[in-house]
Amino acid sequence: MTEPDVLAQVPRNPVEPFLRMDRMPHIWCPGCGIGTTVNCFARSLLECGLPLDQVAIVSGIGCSGRVAGYLQLDSFHTTHGRAIPFATGLKLANPSLHVVVYSGDGDLSAIGGNHLIHAARRNIDIKVVCVNNFIYAMTGGQSGPTTPATATTSTSPYGAFEPSFNLPQLADAAGAVYVARWTAFHVRQLARSMNDVFKKKGFCFIEVLSPCPTLYERRNKLGEGLDTMKYYKEKSKIRNGAPTSEVAVGMRDEIIVGKFVDRERPDYSELRRNQMTARLGNAYVEEPACVCD
Amino acid sequence: MEDELAASITILGAVWGGAKAFTVTSGPGFSLMMEHIGYAAMTETPCVFVDVQRGGPSTGLPTLPAQGDMMQARWGSHGDYEIIALCPNSPQECFDLTIRAFNLSEQYRTPVMFMMDECVGHMTEKVVIPPADQVDIYPRRHTSRPPEEFKLFQTGGDLVPEMVHAGEGYRFHLTGLTHDERGYPAMTPETQDRLVRRLQAKILNASGALASYEEEATENADVIVVSYGITSRVAQRAIQMAREKGLKVGKLRLITVWPFPESKIRQLAARTKAFVVPELNLGQMVREVERAAGGVAKTIPVSHAGGTVHRPEVILKAIEEAAR
Repeated sequence: MTEPDVLAQVPRNPVEPFLRMDRMPHIWCPGCGIGTTVNCFARSLLECGLPLDQVAIVSGIGCSGRVAGYLQLDSFHTTHGRAIPFATGLKLANPSLHVVVYSGDGDLSAIGGNHLIHAARRNIDIKVVCVNNFIYAMTGGQSGPTTPATATTSTSPYGAFEPSFNLPQLADAAGAVYVARWTAFHVRQLARSMNDVFKKKGFCFIEVLSPCPTLYERRNKLGEGLDTMKYYKEKSKIRNGAPTSEVAVGMRDEIIVGKFVDRERPDYSELRRNQMTARLGNAYVEEPACVCD
Repeated sequence: MEDELAASITILGAVWGGAKAFTVTSGPGFSLMMEHIGYAAMTETPCVFVDVQRGGPSTGLPTLPAQGDMMQARWGSHGDYEIIALCPNSPQECFDLTIRAFNLSEQYRTPVMFMMDECVGHMTEKVVIPPADQVDIYPRRHTSRPPEEFKLFQTGGDLVPEMVHAGEGYRFHLTGLTHDERGYPAMTPETQDRLVRRLQAKILNASGALASYEEEATENADVIVVSYGITSRVAQRAIQMAREKGLKVGKLRLITVWPFPESKIRQLAARTKAFVVPELNLGQMVREVERAAGGVAKTIPVSHAGGTVHRPEVILKAIEEAAR
């Protein structure tokens, strides 16, 4: 058989239509979990049945910040920490868009932490997927607000000692209507959560713990990506509805995963409409923002 | 939004969602917005940033005037890019030039800086607002190509690409990274060179069309006062006083400050003795005047650290010295 004949027989991955195959290979390291989460996301797109032309994806900067660039959607690679406000602008201008923010823990909770809490507070209708690998991976493995105490990183060679963020608790306290955590091992549950949030109105937050074998696991002598997957498998405990105050992650501790928050609260556009109508009555008209109609 | 970082990128998201958008700030807030001015320049996002200038650096003089952000407007974000900046000197011009700022941002696919100062910002004067159908609007350069024939940064003769929005089926990718015509990251020296030179050229090639100024009695002037914003209105008084003393004084009020009207200054330099440049900073646009004058005419700064406007007498004194 000639080479094209052989290639024609290779079964096509069902998520290929959701990816920009002309940008492969991607930049992620062997053993990294980000690609796995993208696979889950593509599967959720396959299942959710949303018109894909109406789904926009926004990333910040970092390894997870590259996700937007690999998805065959309207995709935005923005500035460090500012994916959420960019997504807010998209959603305000075109409320019919389904806007997903896909980025990392450093991007969303450190430099972008302010926007995370305020977007959750105003309950803007965007969905946030936060891939948490406990460090700044793209820039050389510096410690960040999610780095567990005692972990060795390039900027904490004698061990990190700052208390770290419990991201589900942060999102919950700030007002998110849906908060879940999974790991790169929990591919089915993660895809299901991603599917859930497409049906949910308001600010949704999914944290995904993911191995960074190159910079986190290696420096902490925790083995390869596969060893971390084994750790996720053995030490994760599914506790749906667990109080988020009880789900903090420590250094190689037990990991509580599950859907922690799923509640109803009027979203930003509903709150705005209610208030404006109460104050202005019929004088309030929601005008389409698009300049091209 | 929660802060200037958020505001300055929310507007960019809104533009890619199909809206026209702008944001307004002063001093420290303008400093916070710099990264997204660069992102808007790199992604060729049409938008307007209004800076009502106050005294600085840092918190400086809230609600007191200055013109100390003129160079920041031009150079504030990292890397090489060109910018358009307009400078109104009255409430009427704030209205008229805001429309022009939006139009230019759409025409050249670039952020436009709207450089006010505290005095103009707080000024109350009559403003004539024309009927909406008499306002010229430059439409968004939306492509008519179908998705399969469209490339996000493909350009024609004027070097300005056509635009699309999220949700229209183009499935495009936008990045602040150095990118190719498709909008895909392409971090090579060649792509960088092509992209950054095009971003520069699309503005500089249009310098002539972008130039706008108010010129008066420069024909036989021994001295020409170059000013902008609120300082131009103080300078007007100084020019009047100088003329009463028999001096031949011309006026050039800059309305488009960036790109700087170099050729205009060069042309005037050939027929005058000196430029007097009052501004509410310790010498910013005067450097441009001096550079464009190229030593053919003298350039005399009249600096002021801000907090109030110049006394006309101070500008008059500089005119008198320059005329000697």
